Amino acid sequence: MSARNRELLALVPASLLLTAGFAAIFIQQSGVQSDVSLTYGAVFLGLCFAGHLAIRFTLPHADPYLFPLVAVLACFGLVVIYRLDEDLAREQAQWFVVGLVLFAATMVFLRDFRVLERYRYTVAAAGLLLLLLPRVPGIGQQVNGAYLGVELGPVSFQPAEFGKIAIVIFLAAYLRDTRQVLILGARRFLGVTIPPLKHFGPLLVVWGGAMLMLVFIRDLGSSLMFFGGFLALLYVATNRLSFAVIGMGMFAVGAWFFASTVGHVEDRIATWRDPFDPQLYDKPGGSYQIAQSLFAQADGGLFGTGFGQATLNLPTGQSILPAPHTDLIYAVITNELGLAGACGLLLVYLLFVERGFATAVRAQDSFSKLLATGLTAVFALQVFVIVGGVTKVIPLTGVTLPFVSYGGSSILANFILLALLLLVSDRARRPERTR
Amino acid sequence: MNAPVLRLYGLVIVLFAVLIGFTSRWTVFEAEQLRDNPRNARTILEEQEIRRGAIRSADGRLLARSVRGPGETYVRRYPTGELFAHAVGYAYIDLGRAGLERSRNDELTGRRTELVTAVESILGRSQEGYDVRTTLDAGAQQTAIAALAGRKGAVVALDVHTGAVRVLASTPAYDPNRLQEDFRRLTTDDANAPLLNRATQNGYPPGSTMKVVTAAAALDSGRYEPGSVVDGNNGKIVSGVPLNNFGGQSFGAIDLTTALTNSVNTVWAEVGLEVGRRRMQAYMERFGFYAKPPMDYPEDQMSASGVRKRGRLTPVTRREVDLGRVAIGQGDLFATPLQMAEVAATIANGGRRMKPYLMSRAIDADGRTVEEAEPEVAARVVSRGTAEELTAMMKQVVREGTGTAAALGGVEVAGKTGTAELNLSGLNQPWFIGFTSDVAVAVTLERVQGGTGGTVAAPIAKAVLEALGSRQ
Repeated sequence: MSARNRELLALVPASLLLTAGFAAIFIQQSGVQSDVSLTYGAVFLGLCFAGHLAIRFTLPHADPYLFPLVAVLACFGLVVIYRLDEDLAREQAQWFVVGLVLFAATMVFLRDFRVLERYRYTVAAAGLLLLLLPRVPGIGQQVNGAYLGVELGPVSFQPAEFGKIAIVIFLAAYLRDTRQVLILGARRFLGVTIPPLKHFGPLLVVWGGAMLMLVFIRDLGSSLMFFGGFLALLYVATNRLSFAVIGMGMFAVGAWFFASTVGHVEDRIATWRDPFDPQLYDKPGGSYQIAQSLFAQADGGLFGTGFGQATLNLPTGQSILPAPHTDLIYAVITNELGLAGACGLLLVYLLFVERGFATAVRAQDSFSKLLATGLTAVFALQVFVIVGGVTKVIPLTGVTLPFVSYGGSSILANFILLALLLLVSDRARRPERTR
Repeated sequence: MNAPVLRLYGLVIVLFAVLIGFTSRWTVFEAEQLRDNPRNARTILEEQEIRRGAIRSADGRLLARSVRGPGETYVRRYPTGELFAHAVGYAYIDLGRAGLERSRNDELTGRRTELVTAVESILGRSQEGYDVRTTLDAGAQQTAIAALAGRKGAVVALDVHTGAVRVLASTPAYDPNRLQEDFRRLTTDDANAPLLNRATQNGYPPGSTMKVVTAAAALDSGRYEPGSVVDGNNGKIVSGVPLNNFGGQSFGAIDLTTALTNSVNTVWAEVGLEVGRRRMQAYMERFGFYAKPPMDYPEDQMSASGVRKRGRLTPVTRREVDLGRVAIGQGDLFATPLQMAEVAATIANGGRRMKPYLMSRAIDADGRTVEEAEPEVAARVVSRGTAEELTAMMKQVVREGTGTAAALGGVEVAGKTGTAELNLSGLNQPWFIGFTSDVAVAVTLERVQGGTGGTVAAPIAKAVLEALGSRQ
């Protein structure tokens, strides 16, 4: 069976999953089986089919599993958001349509994605600008002490979601050039390979950038995601573990320094360490959120309460969980689907990451390899940062769970990321003569 | 460049395994604790739809019950109001739970194993809570609260043979029915701290009541007998500072019985020093100091008694502890009324300390007893002989010493007074601990101007012993 037919076939179970999810919620809400769930399933299948056709016509050789995996993730997100709030789910569905258009457009207009290499500095500048936008007075928004949102009139979006892609493109292009010098110029000192001082500069600049983000955006999670993505690329480009280890050490030192000086970061760490401390719990923006997240997960147990059956609201209608449709959506999923469902979701992400890295391995040229690696690594780290935050592995920060959390910026950016991965994949898998 | 990509993938797998590990931790391994966390409104919300069992006193008075609230829910009512506020506690969605409502939540909600619950839900049976019958005596509790007469203080009474808690009173209290309206005021009223359970949660300098512990250690270790003679002059140097007797009185060389009857500080400080740090620590631990009481009451509503230096429990084996003054209930020693009641009950019970308990039975909707408390020995503290010698000495205290105000007609009471001086201008912490053959009691009042254990606390103890005695 050809790659495209496999893709098409794999979209069917995703649509069935969505139909079943909606059916479960309808039964729970009104006690009757409603054929609306079938309609939603059909619409979803139709949208998936449209996406599939776009891939079929532009990138016929691309990896057949990435898109269906995204469809499964989207289905998790839509069902859970619908269960929380019907209006939000409608908006989310609209964002998916816009996302699919952007996805198709990216595939059509960036068929030769290697032109991105030429505009690396433009892309880097755009990326940095995006990251700093939330601090611009008048349009920047502060949420829970972190600067992650931008409001331009009626439109509000999270520029960091797009910024991550720009930064990865820049790093892939930059490291393609300098990787040789970084390897050859390295010296060994006390048994540790030290990169040449001259080329150590850019590394320091990126480290400084990550630290600046910590100060400016005040978000440990995002800077961890960006810096982690950078280290992953540096490691793959040079195959020197010591570089990555040194980098991690530097990040740890910087993070420790800011954790003990910047009040907001300090608070986040305190709430992470002891979420049940009465003082921290009652403080605005304190540990209430993470504590409630853990309670929701405990309520889920091994198999969960079932779709639509978790207790998420007080009798007054007030939500127990803060931000259940964005930051804490993983906690809602665990609550309703249990450890089993959470493992399933993580497995889907892991499969996506596996396909991403497989694309990197298959790619012929360094830029493609580094681009696929970087995009996949940043994607995986984003999942780790938010799920890790919700499960108290690391301090909780406000990044979205890709394709699942509610949010236009997140969906659009991740569809661009998916399109780029498919572009690399198509090129890598294209038979020799047509390349 | 392919090998590092694969290793990177390996790293991602490890990271995701950590995520699954932590998710398992919250959903399975630590789920029980999280569900029981008083902050977890979810548990209470779900349990709101369960008809919680009623709580009754030992003599059948209704202390808490559930009535139909809005929709499918139930709300709690406390017919006795302030009377049992601290012992029974409360259960509200927004405020969480406290007291027995918290420690016996499993019984009150009828929680069984998950399998049984699953089977019952298939059979369409709704979960019903069990009624909890407490060991508390409503009459005696009322007597205790009345005798405290609005002053800040606490009374604890224990059945000496079983450890059953007969009275657990703390004033000022609060009305659990009005808690939602009053909560903010109650939590910010630092001067009165009405939510604080003074019987279990707050330590006070036990003063001379501690001499019972010192005497028990002295007699039980075989170094002293009731007739041993010790110098009881005023102003003996203890830890480099002269120690005074009450009223600055010098007694000369006297025996231990006389020294307990007249509560002679200089004698008992010397005895404590003679017994030694290590032995004193060992006996205090056997009496239950340095640990939270093993009672069916929420852990964080009880505190451990012992010497506290800079707010931390410090064993008397440490050099910084003034052992001589600890032996007479000072020197940064803090004890809860519950702890001192256990001391009295242990002596009354022939030297065996019983685990104190508040729930005697859990009864299901059909009237069957599903759970029953079994009296349990917490520790063998002193020998029967020591306990008998000490009982005789303590009877002397009530017969002709500082504790005559606790004497009952017809029943002989053993006891010990205490008056910890909090400052030089006469602000005191009066105490009385004592027992009959059946009931042990501890009484203390907070910061009383001028009153002593014998004049202020002993009459309260007498009233409570009388109230419990009439029901024997």
